[in-house]
Amino acid sequence: MGKAKKQRQDSEDEDVVLLTQTWLRTKLCQTSLPTEIHGLSKERRELLELIKRTAISGESNSVLVVGARGCGKSMLIKSVLEELTHETTVRENLLQVHLNGLLQTDDKVALKEITRQLQLENTIGDKVFGSFAETLQFLLEALKSGSQTSKPILFVVEEFDLFAFHRNQTLLYNLFDISQSAQTPICVLGVTCRLDVVELLEKRVKSRFSHRQLHLFTSLTFEEYQQLFVSVLSLGPDFPDQKHASQWNKSMQALSRDASVVDVLKKQYEMSRDVRSLKQLMMYPVCQLCGDHKWLAAGDFQDAMQISATDSKAAMLHGVSILELCLIISMKHLNDIYDGEPFNFEMVYKEYQKFAQRRSSMQVFDKPVVLKAFEHLIALELVRPLESTGGTRVQKEYRLMSLLVHPSQVLTALQKYPNCPTEISQWASCSLAV
Amino acid sequence: MDRIQCRDKQITLLSNLFGQPNQLTVPAIFLYGHTATGKSLVLNSLLANAKLPHVLVNCVECYSQRFLYEHILNVLHSGSETVLETSQLIKCDNMNDFVRLLKQEMISKGLEKQTLYIVLDKAERLRDMEQNILPAFLRLQELTGLNICMILMSEIVWEKYRFGTGFCDPLVIHFPDYSKDELVQIICSEVPEGYPEGFYNMYVNLVLSIFHYACRNLKELKHLVILNFKTYVQPITSGDATIGDTKKLWKHIEPHLKKALHTLYLREVSSTQWERYQEEMETSENVALQGISHRSHVDLPFYSKYLLIAAYLASYNPAKSDKKFFAKNSGKINKRLKLNQAKRKERTSNHMLGPKPFPLDRLMAIFYSIVEGRVAPTANIFMQITSLVSLHFLGHATGEDQIEQPKYKCLVSLDFIKAVSRTVNFEVSRYLYDFA
Repeated sequence: MGKAKKQRQDSEDEDVVLLTQTWLRTKLCQTSLPTEIHGLSKERRELLELIKRTAISGESNSVLVVGARGCGKSMLIKSVLEELTHETTVRENLLQVHLNGLLQTDDKVALKEITRQLQLENTIGDKVFGSFAETLQFLLEALKSGSQTSKPILFVVEEFDLFAFHRNQTLLYNLFDISQSAQTPICVLGVTCRLDVVELLEKRVKSRFSHRQLHLFTSLTFEEYQQLFVSVLSLGPDFPDQKHASQWNKSMQALSRDASVVDVLKKQYEMSRDVRSLKQLMMYPVCQLCGDHKWLAAGDFQDAMQISATDSKAAMLHGVSILELCLIISMKHLNDIYDGEPFNFEMVYKEYQKFAQRRSSMQVFDKPVVLKAFEHLIALELVRPLESTGGTRVQKEYRLMSLLVHPSQVLTALQKYPNCPTEISQWASCSLAV
Repeated sequence: MDRIQCRDKQITLLSNLFGQPNQLTVPAIFLYGHTATGKSLVLNSLLANAKLPHVLVNCVECYSQRFLYEHILNVLHSGSETVLETSQLIKCDNMNDFVRLLKQEMISKGLEKQTLYIVLDKAERLRDMEQNILPAFLRLQELTGLNICMILMSEIVWEKYRFGTGFCDPLVIHFPDYSKDELVQIICSEVPEGYPEGFYNMYVNLVLSIFHYACRNLKELKHLVILNFKTYVQPITSGDATIGDTKKLWKHIEPHLKKALHTLYLREVSSTQWERYQEEMETSENVALQGISHRSHVDLPFYSKYLLIAAYLASYNPAKSDKKFFAKNSGKINKRLKLNQAKRKERTSNHMLGPKPFPLDRLMAIFYSIVEGRVAPTANIFMQITSLVSLHFLGHATGEDQIEQPKYKCLVSLDFIKAVSRTVNFEVSRYLYDFA
């Protein structure tokens, strides 16, 4: 009887852990909408006011939201739009068009997307008819025929800088032009991570832009960063099992003060302050949760840090064969002696031969075998041809190359290399004493 | 799953990240490691075992964005790699439509609650495609708002993918190389019938001791192990040795393996040729084995040969030394050259720096001085030069106009030119600055 009860208890525990994991995963992935915003209240208010003015009083606006990657630009806009949908006057009045520079790679595609999202008459289902010129004319007419009283449209243009590379910037010009003249009220909301984005715009486009910019900088102090850590990992008030949630949140508070977790967080904080990288760091520990491992431990975070902080080039160097390693050392020596001049295979081979023949214990390989090793290094992009025009101009032995591994990386890789012959490590450390 | 050896850590890590089918997961994972470290094996068996919905894409096959999108959509649509009727094929040529159609497709298949895995093998090719593809794929979860996980596999480290204004970085996971013991363990998991495991283990160790220095690729090593096994056991089958005679067997196999390193490993002979060669070895000694590189003899017309030799001399000799080699009375200059000889030795030889470009005039001048008899500069001669270019024996050097003053480079090796000059009884090394 007791056993059965214990088993039931266990399975219930597991369910709760699984639920916690699902909950946290949803919070950590890209699609979720974060609720709390750190230190952006002023910008948020400004943006909210602006969109409201367009939605309610029919004012045409344009604004650029600028900020580094992962600093919360899209989050800010999402949360503003989310709040606006709670107001009935705005929700019923405002049409939204979302564009993304990654998806709409040219104006033609962008125009079709706009007509699709606005569901104008030349669309049936999700198909759009008409050529580029027709669609543009149609769209412009539709927008121009409107007045202050027609429904305002909000254009959210993500990756705004990519739209500036479109031919003649036709789309941007037309959007800004409409926002400047008394036609359908629109609000153009550009989102970009380039600080010099205004310089990319053509003169006529630039002059029509209102030059209103919102700069988002992450100004988190480390304490706030720690707070962020707790708040991302805590379970919210709408978690079904509140008893477990409060217990969990308490444990997270304790964890955030744990010395080794603080250490990991400090490292991450010094590397970058964006929220996205922090979330990625947390993903691994969250995924580790299971029936036997019900609470997050400091060790998980250390593991996650280790995974994200491995030097990838050193890791790749660890896996090359000894012959390839010898070639890299030869190239390092050539770099040292000739002061970073490019080299070709013949020089590397000669350097290698000089070393290999001096050591009787070493196996000296034929040129073709060495060439194969050399080509493997090129395939791994540890060595790069100076000009990538292809092979016809010069034989592959004479193509000029440059080494893409730093000498210090070579030396550290040698220390970690499994069963590295001593003569090789000695040879690596002295380039001139031959 | 338990077939896979030495990859337990990676398997648990990945399966933890995948989690339950309905759970959301990381938007993108980047797997990197050397060739044959089990990236595809681990991933494919993980996905197949759990029957997770997934699409495998090889970026070498799908070399343009259109192929890439249509492949993903069609595989998703039909549920397998089989080709649909042409009328049913989904057409899609830009990212915008792809995202829209992907959403439709997933909802119509009832996949909106499950994670869809899109696996891109050889992901380094994505860098050569349109610039928006890689960043958009890494953001696909956000762009579609669906439960999608992109998995990229590559040999190249992640740092080399970054460009432009940056994008969402994926979770980077390294697949470490196999150590020597692990290699032996993996290869030994398939012991040929009729031989004890310890015996095979010893053999594999022998092969690795020769090849491991130059090659760590599991596939290549496995191939060599299987191919040479017949020769290794040949003394046993013929009755000269027993299974215990390790020394005798080693003596027998060692020269073979050394030879295999130079011929087979470089693919100069094909595997079937090698097998046939080994069979012939049993019957008669000294079967000449001619590889691809030994057959570099090409039959050329007489003047083409001289043109090629002249081009080689022009490429590898400095223009200053032409007077010494080719002028009729070169006595005076010789003295001065001798003085320079000490200096010259210090410089790196031309055979290390590669061919230098030379103008057509110089080629013709050298050609006339080495060729016997009078040759008229007919159209035929110039035709032969262009045909040498099209055969890639000569190459156009950059710059300048191609009709008025063309420049060429000689693109053949020293061995080749020696072979060519032998056929016309011309001693090329006497005229070479590095050897004269």
